[in-house]
Amino acid sequence: MNIGGTLVAQAIGFAIFIWFTWKFVWPPIDLAIETRRKKIAEGLAEAEKGKAALADGERQKSLILKEARDQASEFKALNEKQAQSLIDEAKAQAKLEADRIIAAAHASAATELQKAREQLREQVAVLAVAGAEKILKREVDAKSHADMLNQLKAQL
Amino acid sequence: MASYKDPTDYISHHLTNLQVKVLDGWMINVDTIVNSFLLGCLTFGILWLVARRMTSGVPGRLQAAVELLIEFINGQVKEVYHGKSTLVTPIAITVFMWVLVMNSVKLIPIEPLAWVTHLFAPYWRPVPTTDLNTTAALSLSVIMLVVVFSIRAKGIGGYIHELFCTPFGANPLLWPFNFAFQLIELISKPLSLALRLYGNMFAGEVIFLLIGMLGAVGVGGVLVAGLLHAGWAIFHILVVALQAFIFMMLTVVYLSMAEEHH
Repeated sequence: MNIGGTLVAQAIGFAIFIWFTWKFVWPPIDLAIETRRKKIAEGLAEAEKGKAALADGERQKSLILKEARDQASEFKALNEKQAQSLIDEAKAQAKLEADRIIAAAHASAATELQKAREQLREQVAVLAVAGAEKILKREVDAKSHADMLNQLKAQL
Repeated sequence: MASYKDPTDYISHHLTNLQVKVLDGWMINVDTIVNSFLLGCLTFGILWLVARRMTSGVPGRLQAAVELLIEFINGQVKEVYHGKSTLVTPIAITVFMWVLVMNSVKLIPIEPLAWVTHLFAPYWRPVPTTDLNTTAALSLSVIMLVVVFSIRAKGIGGYIHELFCTPFGANPLLWPFNFAFQLIELISKPLSLALRLYGNMFAGEVIFLLIGMLGAVGVGGVLVAGLLHAGWAIFHILVVALQAFIFMMLTVVYLSMAEEHH
């Protein structure tokens, strides 16, 4: 066994290797590992955030859905009411129209009757005159007896 | 293929370093240095290649493997060390990876490896951590770092104050005892670090050699040696990783203790 020169050489070698590792080997490896660690941590945080956002969205979705449902039912009720009122209005209008038509019919019937009565009266007068003529066997001077005939007509 | 006189020759041959004399008669274990430097360059070169192409997106297979390893080490460091220094994790990575790779050479069967290395050298110990020089170099460097960390955290005055006034008290009469205590701590830390790793690796290597010697007995010996070698190697996967881990953990613990105020 001889201790000395070899020991010094080995110590120098050790020092060189420590320096080399400290300078060239450890920093890039440490950097890469730390960077990856950070990346992973960020990714996990992002995932957590995404999960929270999803839950938030879910909550919002159900809120909006409920609102929409409420609104829809409200609309439906309103529509029904509106339809009912339209029907009522139409009914009222129809009744009015019907009344008017009936009234008009009544009126026209009355005038018809009046006309018929006038005609009848006229004819009766003519008949009466014709009858009288036959009875008198002579021509009645229509012009001279016009006043009398008109009086007769009015009396009918 | 080398031939050996007797079992002792076989074992001692495999436990002898290739030594070269440099200035002032200092002997250098060339095999230890070359092996450990080659393995270190390979390991940290691969780590560097992966680090250069790091992406924070989807990692490739190699990057995922490296990340797993580095994150494991960094996790251990973060659990123990709560200071601000960015040097602790690189130190831990260096210690763990280098020791792990150097220990792992042991899992290559020693005799076939020797056939290759003996082509160019008479002696070649493949596992650098079976050389006390390597483990002592690591542990002494660690304890120097501990001293540096202590001084950086407490200031030079604070550190000297701690050396003399803890653990027994600030009374001047107690200064020698405090200092002796601290000195023992300072010496025992690197000693235990170095000897634990060296002892485990060296003993494991000797067992491998003893098992390998069975191969000299004959065909039956070869079969038994093969089975035993496989068993011991499988067990050693644990030892190899565990020793690297222990060395790293103790390094981190010592460094974090260095920054604590008493």
